[in-house]
Amino acid sequence: MSEKKIVYPYIPNSVSTVKAQMMKEVGISDIMELYDEIPEHLRFKEKMNLPEPILDEYSIRKHVEGLLNRNKNCSEYLNFLGAGCAQHYVPAVCDEINGRGEFLTAYSGFFWGDHGKWQAWFEYQSLMGELLDMDHLSVPQYDGAQAAASSLRMASRINGRKEVLLPKTMNPEILLVVRNYLKGAAGSEIASTMIGFDPKTGLLDLDDLRSKISDATAAVFIENPSYLGMIESQAEEIGKIARENGAEFVVYTDPIALGMIAPPAHYGATIACGDLHPLGIHMQCGGGQGGFVATHDDMEHASQFKDFVVSLTDTVVEGEYGLGLVLPMNLSYLAREEAKEYTGTSTGLWAITAAVYLSLMGPKGMEEIAQTIMQKAQYAAKKIAQLDGVELRFSSPFFKEFVVNFDKSGKSVKKINKALLKHRIFGGKDISREFPEFGQSALYCVTEIMTKEDIDRLVGALAKVAK
Amino acid sequence: MGRNSKTLLRKFHQARWDEEIIFELSVPGERGILVPRAEDGIRAEVGDGISVIPNNLKREKPAGLPEINQMRVLRHFMRLSQETLGADIAPDIGEGTCTMKYSPKVQEHLAARHPGMVEIHPLQDENTIQGILEIYYKLEQFLKEISGLTYFSLQPSSGSQAIYANASIVRAYHASRGDNKRDEIITTMFSHPVDAAAPATAGYKVITLMPGENGYPDLGAMKDALSERTAGIFITNPEDTGIYNSTIDEYVKAAHDVGALCSYDQANANGLLGIARAKEAGFDLCHFNIHKTFSAPHGCMGPAMGAIGVTKELGEYLPVPRVKFDGKKYYLDYKRPKSIGRVRCFFGNTPLALKAYAWIMQHGADGLKEAAEISVLNNNYMEKKIREIPGVVVKYAEGKRRLEQVRYSWEKLMEDVGVGTDDVERRMVDYGLPHYFQSHHPHVVPEPFTLEPCESYSKDDIDEFVAVMRQISKEAHEDPELVRNAPHNAPIHNIPMPVIFDPEEMATTWRKYKRMKGIK
Repeated sequence: MSEKKIVYPYIPNSVSTVKAQMMKEVGISDIMELYDEIPEHLRFKEKMNLPEPILDEYSIRKHVEGLLNRNKNCSEYLNFLGAGCAQHYVPAVCDEINGRGEFLTAYSGFFWGDHGKWQAWFEYQSLMGELLDMDHLSVPQYDGAQAAASSLRMASRINGRKEVLLPKTMNPEILLVVRNYLKGAAGSEIASTMIGFDPKTGLLDLDDLRSKISDATAAVFIENPSYLGMIESQAEEIGKIARENGAEFVVYTDPIALGMIAPPAHYGATIACGDLHPLGIHMQCGGGQGGFVATHDDMEHASQFKDFVVSLTDTVVEGEYGLGLVLPMNLSYLAREEAKEYTGTSTGLWAITAAVYLSLMGPKGMEEIAQTIMQKAQYAAKKIAQLDGVELRFSSPFFKEFVVNFDKSGKSVKKINKALLKHRIFGGKDISREFPEFGQSALYCVTEIMTKEDIDRLVGALAKVAK
Repeated sequence: MGRNSKTLLRKFHQARWDEEIIFELSVPGERGILVPRAEDGIRAEVGDGISVIPNNLKREKPAGLPEINQMRVLRHFMRLSQETLGADIAPDIGEGTCTMKYSPKVQEHLAARHPGMVEIHPLQDENTIQGILEIYYKLEQFLKEISGLTYFSLQPSSGSQAIYANASIVRAYHASRGDNKRDEIITTMFSHPVDAAAPATAGYKVITLMPGENGYPDLGAMKDALSERTAGIFITNPEDTGIYNSTIDEYVKAAHDVGALCSYDQANANGLLGIARAKEAGFDLCHFNIHKTFSAPHGCMGPAMGAIGVTKELGEYLPVPRVKFDGKKYYLDYKRPKSIGRVRCFFGNTPLALKAYAWIMQHGADGLKEAAEISVLNNNYMEKKIREIPGVVVKYAEGKRRLEQVRYSWEKLMEDVGVGTDDVERRMVDYGLPHYFQSHHPHVVPEPFTLEPCESYSKDDIDEFVAVMRQISKEAHEDPELVRNAPHNAPIHNIPMPVIFDPEEMATTWRKYKRMKGIK
């Protein structure tokens, strides 16, 4: 106690007089007496080899800012990267609400002291329900990939079948998550079979689908818009084929498209899923993802959710809203290994943020943003396609992403993107390794934040670097 | 007038706004925000942009979202925030197993406001995200030192997903050796239930060992459960009761003897920093909850981060990509043929890595150890006082010290006056304390509550918390209805049916609620 001691601002009882008083109350003279239950041979006796601390707040801020300043960001660069994390505008109110300490630092409190959190979650479910035209959602999952993976396991539980059909154009990151999630120990795997696509349109090959679907198929899964950006115009037909064969039709969609493009339920999806990140959440280097899963309210589907499902209910005071929890025995908190799947802390703060976003946007805002995105993306694609040595890889209509092929320029995407960096532009995602059959191709993403001037700047830069 | 200086009780009333459901605020025609529109030059080139949508994929009717002006949207959610007792406004000593630390504002401001974090796309060229990659790389080095294990991945986005990732690694390890007989995982009843659920999701049968008198399963029971079918053991230590299994290394050795791997759920690591590590106990895998032990906020149930650590032998199974350093530059390594693949897109919840990095840098080795010691001191101090409250009992391990948390029981209060842990929990809100965590299920400890006064809380915070618990016990003895009918000073009153099993009662969306109630 006599040595010069640091008082840590985040550790109030590091004040030596307080610490001494508490030790006295507890009846110890050496702090290590508290660890009597840890035998000597299990103790770590050295001092951890960590950097010397940066104790004052100003200096830690400078230190971390120094690291972050080394990054180039999408405010200073024009960004055309998407592929599951697109740069949309985040309304100030979204940041204001999710920065509120009450929300930011709440956790698993129940319906009374945390009533506001539960109401916001219920509103999230309700607003997403309107956007998707479906009745049943849970609080969100980790990301869209987890939502896709869980949707497929839900499908398998619903019909007891053990094979899913996935599109070959699927987002490769999501595919990696799904593949791992469908594995089982000792042969209990749900198999995944890939369905080909039309090389010209990029759309699903329906003949391949018909030849591979069977009474073993648990689900037919599509992305709409697809990973490569296309609007899957055959979606209704795909759903029909799925349902005729007794399979679930699982559609992964982009919620920011749904003001203009029909939600999956309108063309026969039995399970809709996707990622929340476009709805008012910053990119944060991928830290802004959140997954959603939605179904109709029949119990066959509604009983398969693995996460918290919130319901509006009554309190003892007439007319007062309370919130409750649906089918808690489905949750692994209660059911342990008998649960549908494991659950845990996910992305509750993003549920609240998405609720704020949809409340601000309203029906009109969602229509307008989808239209703006489509116009700007089409403009960019059109202008890029006019360049020498550059062409669009697919002919199909798309939402906000499209594949640009550079084969005729004789340059690799890697080289082009490096050159674009000098113009302070992040070019589209290089997909030449993911899809070698498309040659030197990049996936470009254009959202509502791009102005005509921005797009023209990209086109001008591409004209130079792809020459 | 402030808090009563003798009783330490405050006259509290939480915000009660009687706030509408958001849809009830809708006024046709109002707008919350205007969005960018395509410029004339764009429209001239591409037209309306939407005529390319095939007819059967056009949305025919606008989404039934509410139409609300911006100030009212803001006010609505501000009110809901006021009706939420986050740790920033109410000392969250009660959420045992959750380590509700202070989440420093300086970290939050950096993570949520600096464009070098907020406006970064995860697929940017490596050269343009060197700062973030450096944080990832260095945090991994720190966690290696804290655990003694060899490699870490920060991709899993919660403790549960970390355990799932570790179960996936166990599965991949045995499969790579052609060992396909192993289909069982062993865990303990007082390990977090996801130590059972995540391996089950990964395809395993789960064996759960019940506690003996000392609070953890007998070594003999573990040995009986182990066999050539055991793929791994998933275990917490200290368990969720705060009791440390002092012979944990023997359990690990027994598991290794049958060829199983041992995964250490370190959700309860806060009392152990710099004191005891996964390595010395012999574990092959572990995970830390970055949002618990390393100070990142819990965010209304996430975003979170579960950092997984493994031994050298298991490094090749970690998710892709790995962040590496060649002496000059940080880079991403995707070429890992034995990897389990991914559990999460991109890098996981990157801002949490920044927060943990900053927290460790602010404390250093001495500070981390201080955090651990004070968390255990706080807990032992509080335990002494809570045990004195009429109606409280503590099960298991009589006379032995708990580490950073204790699972208590209101069994005696229930027997004496018929007031149980649900009632006490609701009554706490009336004194300005967030709920406490009872226990996971099943309630092996009857009428449970689990408290964890981590190092962030002052002696005074703890004294006030204890005073409230003592007061509620007193009320339960003198006026049990007061407690049973709680809360009285919360945003809402008691809910007769907070758990809903009947499909007819499930109003999971507003549209469904309206249908159920016949509202137009």
